[in-house]
Amino acid sequence: MSTDMYLFLSGDLFPLLAGILAALFCGLLGNHLILRQQSMMGDAISHAVLPGLVGAFVLSGSRNPAIMFFGAAGSAIVTVVLIQLVRKLGRVEPGAAMGVIFSVMFALGVLLLEQAQADGVDLDPSCVLYGQLESLFWTPPREWNEFFSFSTFNEIPRQIWTLLGTNIAVIGFMVLFFKELRVSAFDPGISSSQGINAGVIRFVLMLFVAGASVASFEAVGSILVIAMLICPPAAARLLTDRMGPQIIVSAVLAVASAVFGYVVSANIPEAWVRGGSVNAAGMMAVMSGVFVALAAIFSPTHGSISKARRRRALTKKIHLEDLLSALFRFRESGQPAASAQQLAPLVGHQRVARIALDDAIAGELVVVDAGMISLTVSGYERAASLIRKHRMWEGYLVDQAGMPADHVHPVAERLEHLSSPVPKEADAPHGDQHGKPIPPAN
Amino acid sequence: MSDKIQSSLAKRPEHSSDSPLSIHAMTVAYDRKPVLWDIDYDAPNNALVAIVGPNGAGKSTMIKACLGLVPTASGQVEFWGKPYKSARAKIGYVPQRESVDWDFPVSALDVVCMGRYRKIGWCRPVSRAHKSAAMECLQRVGMGEFAKRQISQLSGGQQQRVFLARALAQESDLYFMDEPFAGVDATTERAIIEVLRDLRSQGKTVIVVHHDLQTVPDYFDHALLLNMRVVAAGPVDEVFTTENLHKTYGGRLTLLAEAAEAIARRDRGH
Repeated sequence: MSTDMYLFLSGDLFPLLAGILAALFCGLLGNHLILRQQSMMGDAISHAVLPGLVGAFVLSGSRNPAIMFFGAAGSAIVTVVLIQLVRKLGRVEPGAAMGVIFSVMFALGVLLLEQAQADGVDLDPSCVLYGQLESLFWTPPREWNEFFSFSTFNEIPRQIWTLLGTNIAVIGFMVLFFKELRVSAFDPGISSSQGINAGVIRFVLMLFVAGASVASFEAVGSILVIAMLICPPAAARLLTDRMGPQIIVSAVLAVASAVFGYVVSANIPEAWVRGGSVNAAGMMAVMSGVFVALAAIFSPTHGSISKARRRRALTKKIHLEDLLSALFRFRESGQPAASAQQLAPLVGHQRVARIALDDAIAGELVVVDAGMISLTVSGYERAASLIRKHRMWEGYLVDQAGMPADHVHPVAERLEHLSSPVPKEADAPHGDQHGKPIPPAN
Repeated sequence: MSDKIQSSLAKRPEHSSDSPLSIHAMTVAYDRKPVLWDIDYDAPNNALVAIVGPNGAGKSTMIKACLGLVPTASGQVEFWGKPYKSARAKIGYVPQRESVDWDFPVSALDVVCMGRYRKIGWCRPVSRAHKSAAMECLQRVGMGEFAKRQISQLSGGQQQRVFLARALAQESDLYFMDEPFAGVDATTERAIIEVLRDLRSQGKTVIVVHHDLQTVPDYFDHALLLNMRVVAAGPVDEVFTTENLHKTYGGRLTLLAEAAEAIARRDRGH
């Protein structure tokens, strides 16, 4: 085994793996919080479990994850009850009630922690925030063939087993109860009325969130938990419109945040950062935020770039259609072709008219002959159906909606470009408001 | 409350075990403020029933209380002489369209499949047979071609039809529908009324919260006029009278509403 490999296995493998494992189950669970519009609850619970954790630790004197979990779950339940109480008694909005309770609970936890530390208990407040990834050393065997022995597995840090077990529990829960989680999140009424009690499912989900906070807190800290509960599912939500794919994408993004975060924190040039290094768990959390930003910008469906592109395409289509209708109207008034100068004011300014003309020529909707532009057969057909839609809408707006005849043109102008239905003849019996013929359908 | 202590409503002379829904002396309060007072009602078999009443009359609350979705302060509700838990499989529900998040990442077919989750059972995936049954329900409301659409891409009327298809997928004998006609287009209204008549011809009972008083005589056989208490209930041609409507919508019950406010204030300690 090379020295590099040995160094990776002993110093990097388990910190990286711990980050990946914690990110994975938090990212997965976060989907169900986001679907219920309860992401704040994840934030609240992961903070509020602290006093329970410290209490359990001090009372039992051990870091046994099972005992810690009961402490944290107790804390989480107290938090939920207190939030309800503050909402009722304090008459404040739910977000404020949550904020009051979880910040106070967290502060209480920090105070307890400090007191416990003074008594010589080995728990560090900063470790609660960003964990102790760096402490997950391992002394791997020197040779590859020694790997498969009991002592090798025995050396694997306890935190890794905890995180692995939590992943199995979370994935099992989400796969087994996929259907029940879905219906109770989408429509609690129909869920409960069918005997799938939405309140109970929500409660179990919150227990899982509490469990996830406990399982991760020792190794990766609460910042990573909060970020992973929200960021990967939020980014995934921007990338897909189906629940199954959303969950899978969020898992991929959570793992990617952990890996990239770790790699960046390990390789960042010393000159760039004070103290020569950055916290790996913090970097992983930042990475997950970067993914949300990337998804918000580049998502093919919900991203700002594709939205801008769609708007641009629509604008171009409108300009093109304005050009065709203008040519149609010229033709109607006995002028089969028009010059670019005549058309430009009817389409917009010179530049957009130029682009629309290029599009029309490329689409074989118009031909240019000696500077004069005229409609082709397919261009004429498209223009006729636009004009028909425009005039039918004008008729409809006057006859059915009772709008004054001189007000309908701009409204019809907008409707003709959108995929709005064409009013039926019966709804606009008086024909065009300005006495012009309406082109027949097709 | 155990069923043993509670005598069945069916044994009371005023209620019958044939009735798909019997409500006896049901009172419901939100935050201590009573919204339904002492409701007594027996739904007829095989009929379309409209629940009408002004805003805040407790129409939705009555449905939710029957389904166990909001707690009742007192009273009993039975379905064919049995408590809700034993009759659940035979009861379908269409909540108000605004009650859910239509941006939820599911397709129209996914939503309809939710109506079959009880039949499918806990922890089991949706089988192909259940999916095709759901698909048939979508087709019955004229939404077959939209099965794969994400629900936010549907119009309000189409969303309402998806909800209706989900109720059909429940294959129930008694349906509660909360304002299915609210804000829908003409096509959807026709589709809904067709489905309602279809259900009636199959011997089912549908109880519908309805806002449009004009269409009540056309669409429904029975009416329940509600304003915090039952003003009148029975066949439409008997109870849907100007006088009863005045009682329901007019000012006579404001006293009851003021009493409710007073109770709420007292209990809040103001």
